[in-house]
Amino acid sequence: MSGTVLTDRIITLTGRKVVGGVAEGEALVTRDTISGWGGVNPMTGVILETRHELRGQSFKDKILVFPGAKGSSGWSVVFHMSRLAGAAPRAMVFNEMTTKVALGAVVMRCPSVTDLDQDPLEVIDTGDWVRVDADAGTVQVRKRAAV
Amino acid sequence: MKLSDAEQAMLDGSHGRATQKAMELLVRYAEALGAQRFVETTNVAGVPGSATPFLQQHYAKSGGSYAAIFSHFDLDSDELLDVPQAVTHTCHLQSGYDPQNWKLLGAKPEAFELAQGSEQFIKDRGVEILKTCTPYLVGNVPRFGEHCAWMESSAVVYCNSVLGARTNTEGRESTSAAMLTGRIPDWGFHCDDYRHGSHLIEVDFPVESVMDWGMLGYFIGAAVGERIPVLRGRYAVPDLIRHKHFGAAAASSGGVEMYHLVGVTPEAATEEAAFGGGSPVQTIHYGVEQRRRVYQDLNSGASDSNVDFVMLGCPHAAIEQLREAARLLESKHISANCNLWIFTSRTVKAEAEREGIVRTIRAAGGAVLTDTCSAIGQAVPPGTKVVALDSAKQTHYLPAIMGIQAWFGTTSECIDAAITGRWRGELR
Repeated sequence: MSGTVLTDRIITLTGRKVVGGVAEGEALVTRDTISGWGGVNPMTGVILETRHELRGQSFKDKILVFPGAKGSSGWSVVFHMSRLAGAAPRAMVFNEMTTKVALGAVVMRCPSVTDLDQDPLEVIDTGDWVRVDADAGTVQVRKRAAV
Repeated sequence: MKLSDAEQAMLDGSHGRATQKAMELLVRYAEALGAQRFVETTNVAGVPGSATPFLQQHYAKSGGSYAAIFSHFDLDSDELLDVPQAVTHTCHLQSGYDPQNWKLLGAKPEAFELAQGSEQFIKDRGVEILKTCTPYLVGNVPRFGEHCAWMESSAVVYCNSVLGARTNTEGRESTSAAMLTGRIPDWGFHCDDYRHGSHLIEVDFPVESVMDWGMLGYFIGAAVGERIPVLRGRYAVPDLIRHKHFGAAAASSGGVEMYHLVGVTPEAATEEAAFGGGSPVQTIHYGVEQRRRVYQDLNSGASDSNVDFVMLGCPHAAIEQLREAARLLESKHISANCNLWIFTSRTVKAEAEREGIVRTIRAAGGAVLTDTCSAIGQAVPPGTKVVALDSAKQTHYLPAIMGIQAWFGTTSECIDAAITGRWRGELR
């Protein structure tokens, strides 16, 4: 993030609570759906999937912003294990509801929101500071800008 | 959420703490989905209680017992619970170890013993130990309209599409909770509207062989993602092996959980019925050119024609597939530089033993293995560099998981590669 700085510009998105709680941190944004089993190393939170735009990057302690889940029914197990290993994201913001992502968010005990009034993939960029208040269904985005 | 009196009683703890914790987890899950109520499920397929060294160590404070793993991981409960009997029909899907050939698969004795212990723990709770990704091949055939709670994407797509039973792609925690409550959220594929087709697939190329059904599935999954394809056109009515390979492939390249074949599958008597009176969001053609590209895509990770491993049985082989392998291997022997592993369920293997098929395959130098596969068990023979596969699903996963090259072709081409040690497959 060299050459950039957090600005005072704050955008608020409103949606629906998936799992309650409040968390804030740096956003990690992808337009690719995420596979759990076979796609993520639960011990490190690193995305493994070949051809994934986040391949090699970890979601550990990030606010993970993504379209949704895909792949094996082992999705929840892999994300559940990432919590046990201390490699889970701090919060999740996503667009498409599936049983995989719902169960994964629940067992990760990870504040999560969906059905937002603006597309989070359009509004949020990697590196922005994001505060998720899942109980209120809000996502506050503090934009990062080049200096 | 609207809970029935029986569900409220479970949530209030009148059936004990484990049932209460299971119900709490299901309520959290249903609220996450936005579901309003539960359905009663009479058919659960999951992986309850599966112990790994990591989980055992992580829950050491609770003794690292099977009950600790089931309580803390399966039910996501911070409290250690007494785990009661399953209250609804539940089976265990595939796992990581063949109990007869775990050494061949390279398993460590401690990990294998742990897995054996969790099998006993779950067997004692009334769970059927099917140990296969194909429960529908070994007696678990849900009836039309039955509400199921199944894991395993290839089984889910078969359950919805071929049988007309109803399941979402469940996970380990939701299936273990369903096992103790007989409930699962009424959402997604349990609802009529959700099951209607979204995309029309015009099959212009005549699809007949198992390999062709696998390629068509792989093409469609990539094209429709998580949506529901409706197929019409030039295909012969597929048998269950073709359905198995088609669905597994579509659930791997995409997230297809249900498909309709007009005039074939039970909720697609007509195209109109398949779309529920609506119209397709998109029409996609599958012809010679699309077929050629899928074939290239599946074989794009291979360049070395020296094959040192052939793996068949993804999803687990049906008895007819073992018969075919035995016929191709009769009076032959596989190359000294190659290994041949064929994965199936314990039940199908027992039948294959009665028919002398296992003996024929073994005499040729191959092995018939159960419970797992190379991807699930993360097991290939030591030093493997190039594998040959007849499953688009396994071709999708195995090279990425194990860092090896993979050729994709027909069963016959794979067996030929096992015998000659060379890949000579081509698109015919």
